[in-house]
Amino acid sequence: MEKRTDKNSYTILFAIGMVIIVGSILALAASGFKDRINENKRIEKQLNILYAMGVNENEGSNMSFVSKDKVGDYFSKYITKQLIIQGDNTTEDDKAYLIDLKKEHSLSKTANHQRRLPLLIGEKEGEIFYIAPIRGKGLWDAIWAYVAMDKNMVVQGAFFDHKGETAGLGANINQRFFMDDFIGEHLLDASGNFKGIAISKSNADPKNTDKNDNEVDAIAGATITGNGVSAMIKSELRLYLPYFKKLKN
Amino acid sequence: MGLLSKKDAKLITDPLFDDNPVTIQVLGICSALAITAELEASIVMAIAVLFVLGIGNVVISLMRNIIPSKIRIIVQLVVVAALVIIVDLVLKAFAYELSKTLSVFVGLIITNCIIMGRFEAFALANKPWQSFLDGIGNAAGYGLILIIVGFFRELLGAGTLLGFPVLGNPIPGELSGVYKYGYENNGFMLLAPMALITLGIIIWVQRSRNKALIEDH
Repeated sequence: MEKRTDKNSYTILFAIGMVIIVGSILALAASGFKDRINENKRIEKQLNILYAMGVNENEGSNMSFVSKDKVGDYFSKYITKQLIIQGDNTTEDDKAYLIDLKKEHSLSKTANHQRRLPLLIGEKEGEIFYIAPIRGKGLWDAIWAYVAMDKNMVVQGAFFDHKGETAGLGANINQRFFMDDFIGEHLLDASGNFKGIAISKSNADPKNTDKNDNEVDAIAGATITGNGVSAMIKSELRLYLPYFKKLKN
Repeated sequence: MGLLSKKDAKLITDPLFDDNPVTIQVLGICSALAITAELEASIVMAIAVLFVLGIGNVVISLMRNIIPSKIRIIVQLVVVAALVIIVDLVLKAFAYELSKTLSVFVGLIITNCIIMGRFEAFALANKPWQSFLDGIGNAAGYGLILIIVGFFRELLGAGTLLGFPVLGNPIPGELSGVYKYGYENNGFMLLAPMALITLGIIIWVQRSRNKALIEDH
């Protein structure tokens, strides 16, 4: 005798039922948690931005953000101005750090759209930091960074992160041994042209003592992620050059 | 074991050694190669699979009498994908840092052949409690191999364990520990081919100790 569960009608009904039930459970869960998740992402951005400008609780070689309860206060205390740069126009906007870089990037490909570039200005102990959020491609998925510079485009601090780089290899771009190398590196060459910072496998400078070479030491086994970081810095931070030139004059 | 009958206990101990899903059944190799460059990642993955396989096996087992056999593979996929997504959402909402560590693994868990394999081979034909034990046993067997491979790859490849430098400081000019005597990290250990070779050595050791495991050819 044919089993009840072998019938075509049963199979189809089961499939439909399953899709409806599982679909609604997932939709419910996703919309139920949406606010909390967005809030977590917002806090993460603030933590990363503060980290880049040196507001963190790093001790020795440990890496630590400021505590989550204080991040809101610190953010309003240290970040003095948030700018959106669009062509020659610069406007202030206190939600500039929430700009969706991915969206801006794809919008910039359509005609008549000038990309909006967020730039955060922070002040800590009398020093001014210009922090640019940037985004690029790694080996598997997106990579992004918050780069804090001074007015001469010398990196003062950087925070890198990624969506899905290989654990133990490319994923290490969010570790201090990689990020700290950027501190003090110049983005411009000696004559003031934009050069970027290349992730180099052959700079013979593993301790990164030469800060004027526009190079930092690469991570072994993470060539493509490293190339992605170089490319991201080169193409994204270059866009800020006009602003910094104006700043000097 | 007082808690478990002998037969139930075997469900847990067998997959650890003589019926190990990785070294004997050669399942779940892709993730074993991909994420074992670090011990920490191996441990996280082991726990994640333990969780998903334990619960997934129970869910499939509870549904075993109503799942139409023609679309059972699809049903299994839906169950594991839904479970993983729900876990991911909950973590993102309540344990954001942990979810960031796990993000890479989510896709790897769904495609892990051990999970589909146990659903198909065991949970569809057995009661929930036995299925649960079987899931835990197989996930533990998988995790054990992952942790062994991760241990050797991180130790020999980067000279660290769980991120702590255990062999000394390899930076030229500040050499300490074994690096003073000319030892160097083998960067090749961090790449996937060496994971396969490490796995091969484990299989070799296991089969040379228990001849019954060697297949006839």
